[in-house]
Amino acid sequence: MEKNLNLNLKVWRQKNANDKGKFEEYKVNNISTDMSFLEMFDVLNDKLVTEDKEPIAFDHDCREGICGSCSMFINGQPHGPKQGVTTCQLHMRSFNDGDTIVVEPWRATAFPVIKDLVVDRSAFDRIISAGGFISVNTGNAQDANAIPIPKENADEAFAAAACIGCGACVAACKNASAMLFVSAKVSQFALLPQGQPERHQRVTEMVAQMDLEGFGACTNTGACSAECPKGISLTHIARMNRDFLSAGLASNDK
Amino acid sequence: MNWVIKMFSSSLGQKFIMALTGLFLCSFLIVHMIGNLQLFKADDGLAFNKYAVFMTTNPLIKVTSYLLYFSILFHAFKGIMLVIKNNKARPVKYAVQNGAANSHWTSRSMGLLGTIILVFIVVHMKNFWFEYKFGHEIGYTSYYTNLATGVTGSKEMSAEYTQFNKIEEGMTADENGQYRLVIVKDLYKAVASQFKEWYLVALYVLCMFAVAFHLYHGFKSAFQSLGLNHSKYNGLINFIGIWVFSILIPAGFAAMPLFFFFK
Repeated sequence: MEKNLNLNLKVWRQKNANDKGKFEEYKVNNISTDMSFLEMFDVLNDKLVTEDKEPIAFDHDCREGICGSCSMFINGQPHGPKQGVTTCQLHMRSFNDGDTIVVEPWRATAFPVIKDLVVDRSAFDRIISAGGFISVNTGNAQDANAIPIPKENADEAFAAAACIGCGACVAACKNASAMLFVSAKVSQFALLPQGQPERHQRVTEMVAQMDLEGFGACTNTGACSAECPKGISLTHIARMNRDFLSAGLASNDK
Repeated sequence: MNWVIKMFSSSLGQKFIMALTGLFLCSFLIVHMIGNLQLFKADDGLAFNKYAVFMTTNPLIKVTSYLLYFSILFHAFKGIMLVIKNNKARPVKYAVQNGAANSHWTSRSMGLLGTIILVFIVVHMKNFWFEYKFGHEIGYTSYYTNLATGVTGSKEMSAEYTQFNKIEEGMTADENGQYRLVIVKDLYKAVASQFKEWYLVALYVLCMFAVAFHLYHGFKSAFQSLGLNHSKYNGLINFIGIWVFSILIPAGFAAMPLFFFFK
């Protein structure tokens, strides 16, 4: 049964990185429960434009839960109250008529606000550049199964590779720690034969970059994994801790 | 040494330190618990007082105890440094944050729980460790056993008697026969009298809740920080963390002040 909602929104508005920013209140009426959260924002922005006001800036791209750009902190949780979804996959049926919804950008030193709800997540790109790759000559695709890989490892690596880099882990963490993201990017190679030659160097340099970007340390609260739209497991964090320890112990540094 | 400094100064390395010192402190709790169970023995504290002399004089225990004091301070210091670093990672807080939706409150309150425990340790060490080693309040008691009848008893020594770090053993006799004597500093009596104060008992019991909640998260978190997360062993780690470190041990310690208060 479709029914329409009238909602009160409290949205973070900030002109640019240097602006102090503040909450603005908006009323949106007649919102279909079949709409996604972003479609509700589209309706609001249409209204703001017709009223000759500045529309709310928010990141979005694929709107099917794979690009990881729709970073919104909704009522105290990244991507809203549902687990395992991104904001674009959050439907308005998760809310009740008359609800007040508070929408904030990701809050982290490493993710400065660019405008309104848009944050700069290029810190993640720099962590990837520091070691989140394998150095191989590209060319023709190899024969399938030329390198034997145990099924469990392939599955586990695939589960790690499901990370879309949305930053919900950082947003949810009380320390704004990027451990879940970095550990997924370390794990996806650490589990596969192709990742072995650079395994120690990778984890060392990615962790160093993570610290440099100003992310917090891990308290193992598990909030990251609980809020991850792709359900990335805490076992990857343990694997990164292990790899980092053995990389330090086995390093050629004296 | 370069790699050691590099490793332990990273955010992961600092957590290794927290985990290693934390687990060492957990192992101490077991020893402390087992030793202190002698408080429940109905011997007027003879066994406990002898144990106290052993714990303050045995060279191996001494070395371990310095390592323990260092671990407590380092764990607290590193913990505070990490809280500061983590606060810096999010200078602008959320207006609304629903932490309960994704994590257990104990895991989000480790700093606060740890601070309560640190304050407790200071009070606890002042009251017993400092008084025993450097104070003048704790007197000596002579425990005697009648060799013929086996009747035992104890009596306080005069205030002039001071023989720290020693158990004085000897023989004496009166009209009822021969007695074996053991004279030892009476920490037991200090424990018994302090735990007659309701506010100390309340403090101890409340602080044991802090220990319970700190270790409810802390014990299993230490293994995760060291990378020891394996589906085969996680069940055992969780079981020990909950049943031993956040129920059995805090309950045992809380039982001691309550035992003397209601005795």
